[in-house]
Amino acid sequence: MATEAAHHTAMSLAEQLPVLQVLVPFLAAPLIVFVGHRGLAWLVAFVTSAAAFVIAGLMLGQVIGGGVIYYHIGGWAPPLGIEYRVDATNAFVLLLVSGISTIVLPYARQSVASEIPLRHHALFYACYMLCLTGLLGVVVTGDAFNVFVFLEISSLSTYVLVAQGSHRDKRALTAAYDYLIMGTIGATFFVIGLGMLYMATGTLNMADLAARIASQGANRTVIAAFGFIVVGMGLKAALYPLHLWLPNAYTYAPSAVTSFLAATATKVAIYVLMRFMFSVFQPAFLFEGNTLEFLIMPLAVMAMFAASVIAIFQTDLKRLLAYSSIAQIGYMLLGIGMLSQTGLTAAIVHLFNHGITKAALFMGVGALVFRTGGSFFDRVQGMGKTMPWTSGAIVIGGLSLIGVPGTAGFVSKWYLVQGALEKGWWPVAVLIVVSSLLAVIYVWQIIEALYLQAPAKDIPAGEAPATMLIPMWIMALACIYFGLATDITLGAAQAAAQGLLAGSSGMLSH
Amino acid sequence: MRHHLILRVVTKLLVGCIILFAFYVQFHGDFSPGGGFQAGVIMAVAFILYGIVFGLRKVQAVFPPWVVHKMVALGVLIYAGTGVVSLFLGYGFLDYGAFAPHHPSHGQHYGILAVEFGVGVTVTGVMVAIYYAFAARPARLSDEEW
Repeated sequence: MATEAAHHTAMSLAEQLPVLQVLVPFLAAPLIVFVGHRGLAWLVAFVTSAAAFVIAGLMLGQVIGGGVIYYHIGGWAPPLGIEYRVDATNAFVLLLVSGISTIVLPYARQSVASEIPLRHHALFYACYMLCLTGLLGVVVTGDAFNVFVFLEISSLSTYVLVAQGSHRDKRALTAAYDYLIMGTIGATFFVIGLGMLYMATGTLNMADLAARIASQGANRTVIAAFGFIVVGMGLKAALYPLHLWLPNAYTYAPSAVTSFLAATATKVAIYVLMRFMFSVFQPAFLFEGNTLEFLIMPLAVMAMFAASVIAIFQTDLKRLLAYSSIAQIGYMLLGIGMLSQTGLTAAIVHLFNHGITKAALFMGVGALVFRTGGSFFDRVQGMGKTMPWTSGAIVIGGLSLIGVPGTAGFVSKWYLVQGALEKGWWPVAVLIVVSSLLAVIYVWQIIEALYLQAPAKDIPAGEAPATMLIPMWIMALACIYFGLATDITLGAAQAAAQGLLAGSSGMLSH
Repeated sequence: MRHHLILRVVTKLLVGCIILFAFYVQFHGDFSPGGGFQAGVIMAVAFILYGIVFGLRKVQAVFPPWVVHKMVALGVLIYAGTGVVSLFLGYGFLDYGAFAPHHPSHGQHYGILAVEFGVGVTVTGVMVAIYYAFAARPARLSDEEW
């Protein structure tokens, strides 16, 4: 920053897009609290979320060809200042997060009205916007410590959002508390890892970190930092043995919150994991290759099986889907563990496809909860006749979860199997197919309960309101659309995988 | 606290001084140690001390909870709003050079003052809100049972 007057050319609004991506939802949160009006709260939240979606779309358009957008906060150049850095990988995740939020919000209006008392509505939407801000910020920033700050913004607001389910079921409070403890441990591990990196390199900017780690090679501090960061982010992403917070948090949170979080929060953690593994650390380092092949991959395969088997034995529909999420996170980590172009493409495509699939499913379950007052099988059974549209959306989501050809889930699993075969890991390819059969069992259980059993006696008849059905069906149709037209998702994922596999040199292409 | 004459008189004398000191720390923060965070805490201390000595009801009459909650949000809006103004002046977000284009170091000065004021407002609000949240919990014992 010069002290004398320097010539300055005014920046256009288009150049401000990276900061507006975070700023627009961030401003909405205090505005909602300051105005404090229930009806306006929803409107402000929806408008800002839609604006964030448009911004993400504009940025993806700029970087999908392989370009990178840089933005210096406060005019301070990196590595001293905070830099926002958008390439194909983050733009794709930004689009997913802001898109899901924009579709969940219209759905949330009536769902939240039935599950949360009126006096909390304004604060609820403020927390929702903070959560969105945090998730977008984690993805957009190119500064490692800034990732931690935004991660905490999103996590702290998430704990509050999960606890809001306590008006329907008091167990939401213990679920939120568990999540708070586990999430804080995860964040602590992450920041310890960052501290070690800072000690070893003296910088926090991701591109700068990558360059310095590449030049000084792996020493013990850097290896320990890598371990702490993987464990910390693994907790946030619900990597298999670190997943214990997830089932309760997803089961007892309000339906709209579950739909939003299931589709975005763990995905953002996976993104951070990928960013650190491939861009900041060198994938060529022996310790990282070993971690991926002998730690992440076996855990991913265990997640695919253990979580799917547990899902089969659930009697609560929401909890069943929560366990299925843990299994699906296993597929993404498996793709990362392959350390190849195809594997990484599969992981990124699955991140997107599973996001829309789970959003459709949790919205469907939320509609069942809205009408029947519970998500246990004995409450929702037989609803296929009284709520045909809701049940139809759940079936489509379920098919996509299995990976039936013609749905989004098929595309990502196809690439995953191809990636495994490319590497010559044919037993892994077989395991992917076998674990999909487990998904067939638990999805069949949902279909059986909805269509083949008689409804409970005291259930009020009637379909869910249109404001819930339309967002749900947008997601269900997206599951089919992205299963047939794969250009957008695969194109973006391939560009993203290429950028990531370029390693630290991918970070430095100024 | 009805009988503690000395405490009550000293508190009444101190509260004004504490608030004055908070303003000093707030607006002198760019020349000496201090700034929005410290000033906000000191400002909140004035209200918390008043509340401890005279009771929650009295302090909430002066500083109602709804005002506290609006302050929490208002400070953040002031901070982010400063950035938005610089953004609309054609500079980057929170690039204080925008406030005095021909003399960027003066611009830095104005920008820091505005941003620190926002921090002070929010910190005051948050500290008092935390005190209210704890103090407003129903007492398990009445004062006479001690």
